[in-house]
Amino acid sequence: MENLPQLVPLVVFIPLVGMIINLLWGARLGEKWAGWIGSGAAILSFLVSFLLLTYLTGSNYQSVVVNPPFLDGWLRIGSINLEIPWQQRVDTLSVTMMLVVTGVGSLIHIYALGYMHGDERFPRFFAFLNMFLVFMLILVTGNNFLMMFVGWEGVGLCSYLLIGFWFDKAKGVGWKNSLAARKAMILNRIGDFGMLMGIFLIFWTFGTLDYYKPGEIANVEYQEHLVAQLTGEHGEAAAVEGEAAAPAEGEHGATTTEGEAAAPAAEGEHAEAPVAEGEHGEAAAPAAEGEHAVGPAIPEYVNNDHIATDQLGVFGKAQRMLEDSAEVNFGVVSLPIETVLVLITLFLLLGATGKSAQIPLFVWLPDAMAGPTPVSALIHAATMVTAGVYMMVRSNVLYHNAETTSLVVALIGATTALAAGYIAIGQWDIKRVLAYSTISQLGFMVAAVGIGAYGAAMFHLVTHAFFKALLFLGSGSVIHGVEHGHHDVSHGHDHHHDFDPQDMRNMGGLRNKMPITFLTYLVGTLALAGIWPFAGFWSKDEILADAWLSNTAGGYVVLAMLVIAAAFTAFYMWRQIEMVFFGKPRTEAAEHAHESTPAMLWPLVILAFFALLAGFYNVPANAGPFTIFGFFEWLFGGAHSFTVFLEPSVAYAHAGEFQGGIAAVALILAVSAIILARRIYGDNKSVTADNTDPLYVNPATRQIWSLANARLYWDETYNRLLEQPFNAVGNFLAHTLDWTFWHDYVHEKVIGRGFNALGDLLSNPVDLGIIDGIVNGLGWLVSWLAGGLRRIQTGYVRTYAITLLLGVVLVIIILLLPMLQSGS
Amino acid sequence: MPEVSSALSLSTVVLFIPIVGFLAILVFLREEQHTEQIKWTALGTSLVAFVVSLLLWIGYDASVPGLQMVQRNDWLPSAGISFYVGVDGLSLLLIILTTFIMPLAILSSFRVHVLEERGRQKLYYGFMLLLEFAMLGVFMAQDLFLFYVFWEITLVPMYFLIGIWGAEQRMYAAVKFFLYTMAGSILMLLAILYVGIQAGTFSLPDIVAGIQSGAIAFPMDGVLSSTQSFLFLGFFIAFAIKVPLWPFHSWLPDAHVQAPTAGSVILAGVLLKLGTYGIVRFCLPLFPEASVAWAPYVAVLAIIGIIYGAWVSYAQKDVKKLVAYSSVSHLGFVVLGIFALNAQGIQGGILQMVNHGISTGGLFLLVGMLYERRHTKAMDAFGGIWKAMPLFGGLSLIVVLSSMGLPGLNGFVGEFVILLGSFGSSVLGPLFTLFATLGVILAAVYMLYMFQKVFMGELDKEENKNLPQLHWQELAVLIPIIIAIFWIGLQPRPFFDTMDASVNQVVEQVHPYVVQAENTAMLTVDEFVQTAAVR
Repeated sequence: MENLPQLVPLVVFIPLVGMIINLLWGARLGEKWAGWIGSGAAILSFLVSFLLLTYLTGSNYQSVVVNPPFLDGWLRIGSINLEIPWQQRVDTLSVTMMLVVTGVGSLIHIYALGYMHGDERFPRFFAFLNMFLVFMLILVTGNNFLMMFVGWEGVGLCSYLLIGFWFDKAKGVGWKNSLAARKAMILNRIGDFGMLMGIFLIFWTFGTLDYYKPGEIANVEYQEHLVAQLTGEHGEAAAVEGEAAAPAEGEHGATTTEGEAAAPAAEGEHAEAPVAEGEHGEAAAPAAEGEHAVGPAIPEYVNNDHIATDQLGVFGKAQRMLEDSAEVNFGVVSLPIETVLVLITLFLLLGATGKSAQIPLFVWLPDAMAGPTPVSALIHAATMVTAGVYMMVRSNVLYHNAETTSLVVALIGATTALAAGYIAIGQWDIKRVLAYSTISQLGFMVAAVGIGAYGAAMFHLVTHAFFKALLFLGSGSVIHGVEHGHHDVSHGHDHHHDFDPQDMRNMGGLRNKMPITFLTYLVGTLALAGIWPFAGFWSKDEILADAWLSNTAGGYVVLAMLVIAAAFTAFYMWRQIEMVFFGKPRTEAAEHAHESTPAMLWPLVILAFFALLAGFYNVPANAGPFTIFGFFEWLFGGAHSFTVFLEPSVAYAHAGEFQGGIAAVALILAVSAIILARRIYGDNKSVTADNTDPLYVNPATRQIWSLANARLYWDETYNRLLEQPFNAVGNFLAHTLDWTFWHDYVHEKVIGRGFNALGDLLSNPVDLGIIDGIVNGLGWLVSWLAGGLRRIQTGYVRTYAITLLLGVVLVIIILLLPMLQSGS
Repeated sequence: MPEVSSALSLSTVVLFIPIVGFLAILVFLREEQHTEQIKWTALGTSLVAFVVSLLLWIGYDASVPGLQMVQRNDWLPSAGISFYVGVDGLSLLLIILTTFIMPLAILSSFRVHVLEERGRQKLYYGFMLLLEFAMLGVFMAQDLFLFYVFWEITLVPMYFLIGIWGAEQRMYAAVKFFLYTMAGSILMLLAILYVGIQAGTFSLPDIVAGIQSGAIAFPMDGVLSSTQSFLFLGFFIAFAIKVPLWPFHSWLPDAHVQAPTAGSVILAGVLLKLGTYGIVRFCLPLFPEASVAWAPYVAVLAIIGIIYGAWVSYAQKDVKKLVAYSSVSHLGFVVLGIFALNAQGIQGGILQMVNHGISTGGLFLLVGMLYERRHTKAMDAFGGIWKAMPLFGGLSLIVVLSSMGLPGLNGFVGEFVILLGSFGSSVLGPLFTLFATLGVILAAVYMLYMFQKVFMGELDKEENKNLPQLHWQELAVLIPIIIAIFWIGLQPRPFFDTMDASVNQVVEQVHPYVVQAENTAMLTVDEFVQTAAVR
């Protein structure tokens, strides 16, 4: 049991093996084997994550740091104590992410077995999906910022590869796909620039990149509470033992499972301090003369006071430095720690806006829908795009102590939520609506981080992963169905080349053709719209409640924006439901659409189950009728279980009190939005006769809808203000400045001809014997240079070069002789 | 001072292995009858050199900073010139890089059509080995004069490689390459002569020891007007042209575009590093005070080079030219790292020299393979190649990613450590890093543009549809590069460990002047604050 955390490297290695097999032998294995190796790797990885969860629940959620085998450190420069290890972290936050990534990931792998069936690069697709798991799991399990960055850029690469997966499609589609892929990677790189700067600042401020060193306690408050509780249960003996633990630490040090990790640090005054947390549990028991043998283990330390400041990780040290009001020196500039934290968090925020598609870098995500739909579900909805939120929650100690940044974060999140929710109203492409919805929901999470509701942010991340993956997979099922319908119809006829199976105008009435897809999609929609008692209701409400409780002007502004964004959400989702599933089929393809295969439907059903239930895991206390007067709490094991679960690893993951009024307002607004959407788009009115939106036909709403349809002209603005100037400057630098001016004019004309003229001058009137010859040689040479493009027979080359070489040797000798004489 | 022996050392052995092969080809093999033997002798020689150089690495004791495997024999004793070779942490990795790249460059030449066309294979492979000898000599020489001799010798084979087996404008490019480098070298020669005569010896370790003990001093009493500054510039400009540091890069696109594939590989892989290596080996220890004084200015040029090179790369239409300009950008990082003047910066710089050799060498190999198939380097002629040649596309992607610094691959490690170093450097600082890090974005911009143009999009051109897959010899060239990319990316420790002690020694030699400059800067800031307070 106590060795379970040592399994964490497997979470990464299993998909790595799957990836390598599929990359090297996938083509030979065939579709069936390739698919199941890929999916099997995801499922196995999930099982390991689940084992890690059982470990945590059985050990009072004590976190453990693990050194993976075979990889002996990473970056290390001995003379200056630069040490960045490959080190993984098992704590409640990382395990939550692992479970989401591998759990949703497994379902999507299985779904892809059906969705990608018959694709010519089927094994490569699964190799890339596995590669994504590898990097995503490095991202969430790493114990330092640089490992996070490895995963961070790695998932960016996978996103690039998978958006561009169909890079070779005909009629320019392939080019468009690869363009979307490049756009995603470059915008993410802009974010990564921020990440890198943040990491440099962190390193030079704290001298390390580790989140917490092995043995360090992330949440002291939780630990004190835990120890008090445990000692209370165990009575006097245990309490005495708890105190006695400190002197005994010397002996304990040797038994640590983290011996290697602790060794380099074991020179400070607190030599044995950074021992593994893993041994607090059962491992410590034998050393404690069997007194711990019965009942749960009592952690050795309540806080980090026994660890010297320079032995702490980034977050622990940040707290110490704040307590000391330390100043940080960068070269000749000295800044107070508070300012430094603001700078660090702002740079990291830039990274988050790239990865989590927030203003100003969000424009890549809608285009990323060019990738196959399972990719959109896994990478561009459920997991990768939440990395920014994870990163900020992981750094909650930094963000909590940087008020300025937090306000910026909250405003960016809320603005994004609102803007993207608005844009979604005007979209026709079924996946694009979901893409903007994802951006909007990520905005909710980011806003939650900004108002300090780290637990709520994570909660929404988890529920969103379920219902948004569900919606994307559902949309994939719809697209598949319509595409097949289209194939059936156009069989024998001319192909409608312009037919777009993703355009909602080509759909309608699918609820009867695809009943399971419809029902599960409905569950996802209600969850996303925040309808009681679906998962989204609980998670979204917790963010709103925390915004209210923040009791600041900024908090109220954010709250107002989020409430409106939530109403938008309900509206555009119901618009979609009406367009896709209700009414009459608007094309023959929709008429002939049929339900997808079981491999695709089962994941939908399972995800729908979680979209319905996941919210109960974190129901608030005292929520009156919303929890049926405590019934849900009783049924699902207590209030705010998820937040409580996170607390040991997220120091500021507090759970706010339930706000009945806010919940009611939000719920009423959402329901009203659905009713409104039903009135506008229902009864087969979802698309007007001239194939446009009813809101566009109505003069009162025409402008509003058009602006949403044009996506607020955001892409166009970037294109005009950034992309075009960038290209123009590039062309100017390359062709005008570097070539015409610097290469041709300065070098050819000025230097070349000047040299030539000098050669003439020296060789004609002045006779200098040997020098004359050399200069002649140079003169020749330069005339060649000036005449540049003339072809010269290779026979000349030798003579010419030998002259040149002789010239060089002569110059050396001439220069050398007098100096040698004077020197000696 | 290291124990100096006149007995044959392992480094001398490595140095002269290529000469043995060179002579064997020259004396025993004939152009017409022995074409195959010539090729394989050249490859075999370079492989032996590689294996023996690995022994050099194994035998090297990384915990000791000074020179090892030293050999010193009198050459011109009256002038204080000797044959003095040895290796330390600064040069060892670059020696391995040289012996690693050479077999790949030679093997990649086996199937090149231009060699079949123009013949003279004996001469070609002879020059390759001569070039290897000269480059190893540059890295091993511990005598300023010997160094200069090797430095100049490198020019000759490269000149012919470009001039005889290059593309259409080969003569122009070859002459420009030669003249440009020569122009810098002459300044360096003057500086070398001055230093040697002042010190009474050309032995670098002796001179550095003299400087440390105060026996030799080059006055430094002004950035623009002192002896040390002039000497520093004499060396530095020669190196800067070789690197090439912006704005001395004008010869590079010509040389790269015109050179045959192997020429470009060696040029990018090793020859450019002679410049950056020279800076670490000579400029810093010989002229520490001037190095500190010039560091910010050089760093500005390096950063301009990073951004300018990347931006210009992006606007290219010829894939080889794009890669050529990317070198300007990459080597900007190396120079920036070196002039951070701290352990991170210099170690990152040296590692990045190795990385650039591997990645950009790899890119030139890939471009060469494309060229062999399509006889064009215009990006517009390609598109969708990944579909036509899946394995080639995949391997290319890895090299491209390594070049743009994806974490987990080699390029990232070097870049990260360099930027980390420049951030914490007391002579540079965060602002320099901020601008340099923009280069990371731009690297993605031009590299992915190239990858998209060549490898992605529809496979719509008839000529591209039936391109032959990779030959085993081509695969044999690429696989070692891919292995090196992953190795350095995942486990760079042996590389850092090798150079740690030696770099630290250089850092310590410069350190007093860094502190001095820091104090002055502090004073200025204090004055500034005081004046501001008074107002």
